[in-house]
Amino acid sequence: MEKIGYLWNRFTSSKLCWPLAALFFVLLFNFFFTKNFFTIEIKDGHFYGVTIDILNRAAPLMLLAIGMTLVIATKGIDISVGSMIAISGAVAASLIGGKLEYVDGVKTLVTLVPMPVAILAALLVTTLLGMWNGLLVSKVGIQPIVATLILLVAGRGIAQLITQGQIITVYYKPFQFIGTGYVLGLPFSLFIVGLVFGITLYAVRKTALGMFIESIGINAVASRFAGINVSKYIFSVYAFSGLCAGLAGLIICSNVSSADGNNAGLFIELDAILAVSLGGNSLDGGRFSLVGSLIGALVIQSITTTIYALGVPPEITLVVKSVVVIIICLLQSAKFRKMVFAKWAQKRGIISEKNAAKL
Amino acid sequence: MDEATLVKAKGICKTFPGVKALVNVDFELRSGEIHCLMGENGAGKSTLIKVLTGVEILDAGEIFLAGQPIAPSSPHHAQQLGISTVYQEVNLCSNLSVAENIFIGREPLRFGSIDWKEMNRRSQDLLAKMSLNIDVTQPLERYSVAIQQMVAIARALDISAKVLILDEPTSSLDAKEVEKLFGLMSKLKAEGLGIIFVTHFIEQVYAVSDRITILRNGELVGSYETANLPRVQLIAKMIGKAFEGFESSCKNAKDSNPKESRNAFLRVRGLGHKGSIHPFDLAINRGEVLGLVGLLGSGRTELARTIFGIDRADSGEIVIEGQTVAIHSPADAIQYGLAYCSENRKTEGIIENLSVRENIVLALQGKLGWMKYIPKKKQVEISNKYIQLLNIKTSGLEQNIKNLSGGNQQKVMLARWLLTEPKLLILDEPTRGIDVGAKVEIQKLILSLAETGMSVIFISSELDESLRCSSRMAVLRDRVKIAEISEEEMEEKYIMQTIAGV
Repeated sequence: MEKIGYLWNRFTSSKLCWPLAALFFVLLFNFFFTKNFFTIEIKDGHFYGVTIDILNRAAPLMLLAIGMTLVIATKGIDISVGSMIAISGAVAASLIGGKLEYVDGVKTLVTLVPMPVAILAALLVTTLLGMWNGLLVSKVGIQPIVATLILLVAGRGIAQLITQGQIITVYYKPFQFIGTGYVLGLPFSLFIVGLVFGITLYAVRKTALGMFIESIGINAVASRFAGINVSKYIFSVYAFSGLCAGLAGLIICSNVSSADGNNAGLFIELDAILAVSLGGNSLDGGRFSLVGSLIGALVIQSITTTIYALGVPPEITLVVKSVVVIIICLLQSAKFRKMVFAKWAQKRGIISEKNAAKL
Repeated sequence: MDEATLVKAKGICKTFPGVKALVNVDFELRSGEIHCLMGENGAGKSTLIKVLTGVEILDAGEIFLAGQPIAPSSPHHAQQLGISTVYQEVNLCSNLSVAENIFIGREPLRFGSIDWKEMNRRSQDLLAKMSLNIDVTQPLERYSVAIQQMVAIARALDISAKVLILDEPTSSLDAKEVEKLFGLMSKLKAEGLGIIFVTHFIEQVYAVSDRITILRNGELVGSYETANLPRVQLIAKMIGKAFEGFESSCKNAKDSNPKESRNAFLRVRGLGHKGSIHPFDLAINRGEVLGLVGLLGSGRTELARTIFGIDRADSGEIVIEGQTVAIHSPADAIQYGLAYCSENRKTEGIIENLSVRENIVLALQGKLGWMKYIPKKKQVEISNKYIQLLNIKTSGLEQNIKNLSGGNQQKVMLARWLLTEPKLLILDEPTRGIDVGAKVEIQKLILSLAETGMSVIFISSELDESLRCSSRMAVLRDRVKIAEISEEEMEEKYIMQTIAGV
């Protein structure tokens, strides 16, 4: 019993407590109000169900959240990831293209360049754009929100240029595997998230990267004085955020088999920031939790899916979503909890005292 | 109380948690005088000013203004009473016009809207009184810092004109601008204003002031007529001559250092950084403690920062063990075996919210790079070793460093740098703001480190501490290295004369 109490205390004082609680409540709500929410069936050898759907749809957001977590930990922010998603999709789609051709009377799909080359090109482009952000922040000294605002605005233009203002449709089947394929019965995109998450987690916890990033986020001046190459690490996290955005862009583009420079990843940067924040990470930089950010991303996707599942009229979905987010944010604020629950806790304290007196 | 007394403060006491900032301090300002407030850092100058201007409420004592007891409760209240302050950093809005800055918050109104004509006219008049003819409709940032400073004074005077407090107004001005400001101060003095002037520049004290009040460690040393107080005595009184705690053991350790084995570890030629330190030469031997002395703002810290690559040198060269090296950043300096423990522990030293362990290993990990991760077990091991070695009081390795006391934080900083096994350790005010016991521990540590062959540059505002620890001294004044004092010449009076420049 004592051990359980100890574990409970450790859990409630841990930073992951509130993000998990938020996820738990959203799922609990669904347990009662959404039909078949937790049902998982096997169809055509794939796992199939609402929860799997949430995981699959949350994949791009989780990738963004991983990159964003590191950026935010350095006291920065990257609001250009949505535009980079559009660029990534545009590059991949326009390189693959995929025309229908008849060779000897047989319908064949032809790519302009081999798919791996197209994918690498897309990732390279977004990584370079991330480096551009990193350069502006770390070397030129522009404030992160302004530096990445440049690409937020210009990025959609670049995507439009690449697609020549058209929505490019990708017919090439193998490319669709990235966003819609299954491996071992689970969506392939989850394996991408798992791989990126695993590598990142290893890099920040099993090398000194995590400590350096946290140290820079807390006090960049003191970190420099301690011999840490501050601008190098700031540069790197923006480049990494670009890479993550590139991967997310490929998944989204592949999922809908088309690249839309205007709407792909629109406003997703805000969701990514929200995911990091819901994960219990401070936007002020410093200590961070990658797991927390993933949970945050899942919370957001769960809310979105729930709203659709409940049949909330589309014109008010955003309002419902924002109300839920506000409630979660308030619950996570220690100040708010103190304000609201202090009286309640006091009362309870008095009651338990009385009970103790009775005994 | 004589006629001319404008402000009289009696028995002022102010205690902050753990620190007695002011103990029974008396202060008197006459009308028509410029009164300098002197003292080293932490002497209580700024606390006294804060008490007079209502930023801090005094614990005990009385303040009289023109014979009436007053109790300023906020800077605004103090202004209404007639006490205005102009701070070191100009607290104005640089993108607003000069006139707006003068009248911000109390703009002349006409039919409920701002009467711009009236405001500009009155601003022009105010500045004209100070023999300053500038276009008041221009944004403030168009003008030099000196003019901005004067606009701030004009604003202060227009709000209330009995007592004017100038807190280090000259630190960002050049010689010509200082002259201009002094001209204005003399003019105001002739009009019967009482001016309290805080500065670190000795020359300026003697250029304008009528009387000097000296504080040390929160206590009043005394008030003197400037004309009757020689510079050396002023410095002696500021620094204090507490030699009771002199430890002969320290001295012995120092003397036993064999001189023959010394050869220069680091040699600096003509190193300088524009705006912070004039080009200087310096050589440091192995196993030597070189004391940098000089008043605050004399360039001690700037010299150290330039060597360590924080401020990139724009002239000169650094030679380490016979090799000319290029140091562009602290990271470079650390690779060459240098370490610099900053005087600003809070802003340039500790990483708040990280644990004691992480704060200790940070510099070593930085030196190794991110790939060569020190395994957690090893981190715990070495942190524990240094916690024991330096007697750091903490509830645990994972304790957040901000919960430690100042002295223990300082020891963590020392541990951080010792871990990198530096060949030259630069300590900037390592004993500031920490209690006496920890001070002695750190001083002993410095000497024992030097015995092992480590070179140390020791910067301190306390002369007796420098005397106790250093085997040689370099003296700085007004951002120039002016002299070196060998061990044989190291005598308090001589050093003070050198610092004062007489």
